Amino acid sequence: MKQPAISKQAANNQMGLQLNDFVIKLANVNGTGSASANGLLSKTIFRMGVPISAKNFFPSNIQGLPTWYEVRVSKDGYQARSGRVDVMVAMNAETYADDVAEVSAGGYLLYDSSWPMNKELLRDDVTFLGIPLAKHCAAEFDSARVRILMKNVMYVGALVALLDLDIAVVEGLLEEQFAAKPKLVPLNMRAVKMGYDYAMEHFNCPLPVRVARMDVTHNQIMMDGNTAAGLGCMYAGATVGAWYPITPSTSLMDAFDGFCQRFRQDPETGEKHYCVIQAEDELSAIGMVIGASWNGARAFTPTSGPGISLMSEFIGFAYFTELPAVLFDVQRVGPSTGMPTRTQQGDVMMCAYASHGDTKHVCLYPADPEECFYLSVKAFDLAEQLQTPVFVLSDLDIGMNEWQCPELQWDDAYQPNRGKVLDAEALDKIERFYRYMDIDGDGICARSLPGVHPKGAFFTRGSGHNKYGAYTEDPDQYQEVLDRLTRKFKTAASVVPEAVIHQQNGVTDAVIAYGSSDCAVREALDRLKEQGMHLNYLRIRAFPFGEEVEAFINAHQGVFVVEQNRDAQMVSLLTLETGVDKNKLVPLLHYGGFPLYAEFVVNQVSAHLNKRKNA
Amino acid sequence: MSYISKPVARHPGQKKNSLGLTARDYEGGMSTLCAGCGHDSITAALIQAFFELEVPPHRVAKLSGIGCSSKTPAYFLSASHGLNSVHGRMPSIATGANAACSDLTYVGISGDGDSLSIGLGQFAHAMRRNLNMLYIIENNGVYGLTKGQFSASADIGSKSKRGVPNRFEPIDPVLTAIAMGGSFVARSFSGDKQQLVPLIKAGMAHKGFALLDIISPCVTFNDHDGSTKSYKYTRDNFTEVTHADFVPPAQEITIKYDQGSVQPVTLHDGSRIYLRKIAEDYDPSDRSSASAYIQSHQEKGEVVTGLLYMNSDAPDMHATNQTVATPLRDQDYSVLCPGADALKALQHGYR
Ligand SMILES: Cc1ncc(C[n+]2csc(CCOP(=O)(O)OP(=O)(O)O)c2C)c(N)n1
Ligand code: SF4
Ligand SMILES: [Mg+2]
Repeated sequence: MKQPAISKQAANNQMGLQLNDFVIKLANVNGTGSASANGLLSKTIFRMGVPISAKNFFPSNIQGLPTWYEVRVSKDGYQARSGRVDVMVAMNAETYADDVAEVSAGGYLLYDSSWPMNKELLRDDVTFLGIPLAKHCAAEFDSARVRILMKNVMYVGALVALLDLDIAVVEGLLEEQFAAKPKLVPLNMRAVKMGYDYAMEHFNCPLPVRVARMDVTHNQIMMDGNTAAGLGCMYAGATVGAWYPITPSTSLMDAFDGFCQRFRQDPETGEKHYCVIQAEDELSAIGMVIGASWNGARAFTPTSGPGISLMSEFIGFAYFTELPAVLFDVQRVGPSTGMPTRTQQGDVMMCAYASHGDTKHVCLYPADPEECFYLSVKAFDLAEQLQTPVFVLSDLDIGMNEWQCPELQWDDAYQPNRGKVLDAEALDKIERFYRYMDIDGDGICARSLPGVHPKGAFFTRGSGHNKYGAYTEDPDQYQEVLDRLTRKFKTAASVVPEAVIHQQNGVTDAVIAYGSSDCAVREALDRLKEQGMHLNYLRIRAFPFGEEVEAFINAHQGVFVVEQNRDAQMVSLLTLETGVDKNKLVPLLHYGGFPLYAEFVVNQVSAHLNKRKNA
Repeated sequence: MSYISKPVARHPGQKKNSLGLTARDYEGGMSTLCAGCGHDSITAALIQAFFELEVPPHRVAKLSGIGCSSKTPAYFLSASHGLNSVHGRMPSIATGANAACSDLTYVGISGDGDSLSIGLGQFAHAMRRNLNMLYIIENNGVYGLTKGQFSASADIGSKSKRGVPNRFEPIDPVLTAIAMGGSFVARSFSGDKQQLVPLIKAGMAHKGFALLDIISPCVTFNDHDGSTKSYKYTRDNFTEVTHADFVPPAQEITIKYDQGSVQPVTLHDGSRIYLRKIAEDYDPSDRSSASAYIQSHQEKGEVVTGLLYMNSDAPDMHATNQTVATPLRDQDYSVLCPGADALKALQHGYR
């Protein structure tokens, strides 16, 4: 007997077919191999030319705890979480109650009906679709491990029928995935077909929530930010990478190492044109980066907040001795160990001023994986041009989730900006080399590399030094160097990436955001506009702020600053480092650990604007 | 750290090496350490060793942490690049510097506080990677720069200036190095240039991590009766178990050895160490017996010195990593960047 696929409430919705605009969420148990099945599902939709964004919500655990995977299908290409769930694939009995509760009214819930669902959980505004996955897999497959894996593949098969996916695309993906083990393709396809046939037989397929082919993803890729950043490091010409493993930054070094093995290791001799060092801790990792930079290599370290905390002493050393260093802070939830597998923008203040004494650092804030690639390259150029540490602050959401983004481009004419480095010829010509002389007036002095020329020899020290590079405890000489560093930071403001501004004349209110909040903010602005609320938008891409940031704030009556931290850290930075009126800045803060979504911004902004109107 | 340069006084008769440099060309700024500090004697030994080895000064990188000992790189080889880093972190700087450029000579100067307390982790891991460098600990049993607190190398019962004995087990740099993979481990005394200079030379020629632990008395805070790191105590209890003579690559052997007691070791660059056993039952090629010997003799109060362990075949960090011979910092950018076409092609895997 065919189970009615559509409840009464859902039937009412059927008028409005949800074509290429819905969210499917999959609730799994960590360590059961669901990731590959879920990837198969999202890639199938992507390959059908339909924009998606996919996010993992996983515990700080290797096996056994609940994990969720959320795929947003969005014909408009919105990448943020949507805040609703149209189809829930509930594969974890432990979380049934929460998963059932989370489905939006009119939505669907697919579960394993090998065991009965607790009647008390049923909702009459949600359609329950039961498939006896475990039972079928037990009958069909021999080993326990294969049964568990094929259960996942089987629900993908059911979704092919329910969401009207192209089964040929699924098969093509499996063939690519198992190119090295082709025997696995028919096995997986058997499970796909089992799910597909069961759904076709028992439900009205497809559901009103469904996919239809589009053609807007052919110049797009699906990549996570850590992969993009690792790739950027290779393209930037980095040769030394030092790191200590920490979620969510680990995959950045894995990516760099992997790409370098492919492109910079001689397949015959095994010789490497790079050196990755797994350090004993972050204190050491940053020391290695500084040592390598001092010696003229492009060097970097990926880490997360706890690592930056440990690196602080050396960061000040690099600032004061004026040595380049590139640090990736893939931010996670703090303070302390916090929630290692959740996202936040909590390290903004720490990175801007890391280390004791008067220190200030260049920070870049990529908004997505695409920008992770380009800003990685930029970070090396800036670090060498400005002879100072440069931080790239991405976060777990950007770093570990696969985002859809335009294919990355490379200009073969690019040459690294190595900054003012005197080579042997230049050193030969000068009378005497002094390390900290500001000849050009931009605060940036020429440096020399060890071993290049006898005249370049110089003693780098983190202790007080004068402009000649000699030790000093003299207040005036010391202050002269410190003041020049301020001048250098002003130069930095003019060479870092400019803010991205979307504005129209006559609009009085605006939003400022940075990093991974961008996608949710842009979607929110579209929705606010539909409701008649027009706001301008500025996305900060770097610290120190360029003049455009202050001018933008000054040109607006009220400015909402959207951040993913508790303390409005960017508001603090704007207040400290620009002359803007603090009262204009209204922080909108989202910091529970899940990525920001548009509705949060829409609700907060409209509430504020309405309150002001009514006041 | 002062950087007062010494008045240049050229003596026409001064001996020149094959680079046309005199020993003065290997000197540095004027020392600001206390008169009589052991560290200054080590500086003098370094100057002599570098001069005699005929190393072009600008091809040497001097690295240090923080402490009186770590100040000394300012007092030798002023024509070399130097980096005075932060407390206990010189090994990581050396590791990165060496990763970037494998063909400079790296000499690190540290103290017992710098290496055995705050920097114990980095010290151990640089040895574990067999980083190619000469690593000197100027060991005085105290923190000189912070005014005489016991360091982790202070022996049990050794008394402070105020007469208070140390109660904690010492961390012995030599035993630690033998255990952690140091491939050249030696101990010497700042007061014995005869022993020290050849050990410095051999340590520099050794391809891998060469630890040289040098007892270097602190005259201001740890040179009194009751201290086991004083000049007197060290002299009285100094036990040399091996003596190393160093012969650079192209040099004739002029010293005569009676066969049997001398063991020649040829290093990667062609130089040789002639190792003379003084204690017949000591074997510097065997980790465990060397450790056991040192431990048991130290328990008797002896300061066991000489080239104590050596393995010239252990692969260094670059050999393990399989790094190309041309230093990474000198790689042409075209070798490092795969270019636009490769980027396009590799993105097929991300669809
Ligand atoms: C992070 C940090 N903590 C503490 C100090 C203070 N400090 C400077 S030198 C030193 C001890 C040095 O002892 P050692 O390495 O034995 O050198 P010595 O002066 O005895 O030659 C200490 C604790 C510091 N510079 N940095
Ligand atoms: S305090 Fe001790 S270690 Fe420091 S310079 Fe004086 S004698 Fe040397
Ligand atoms: Mg000491």
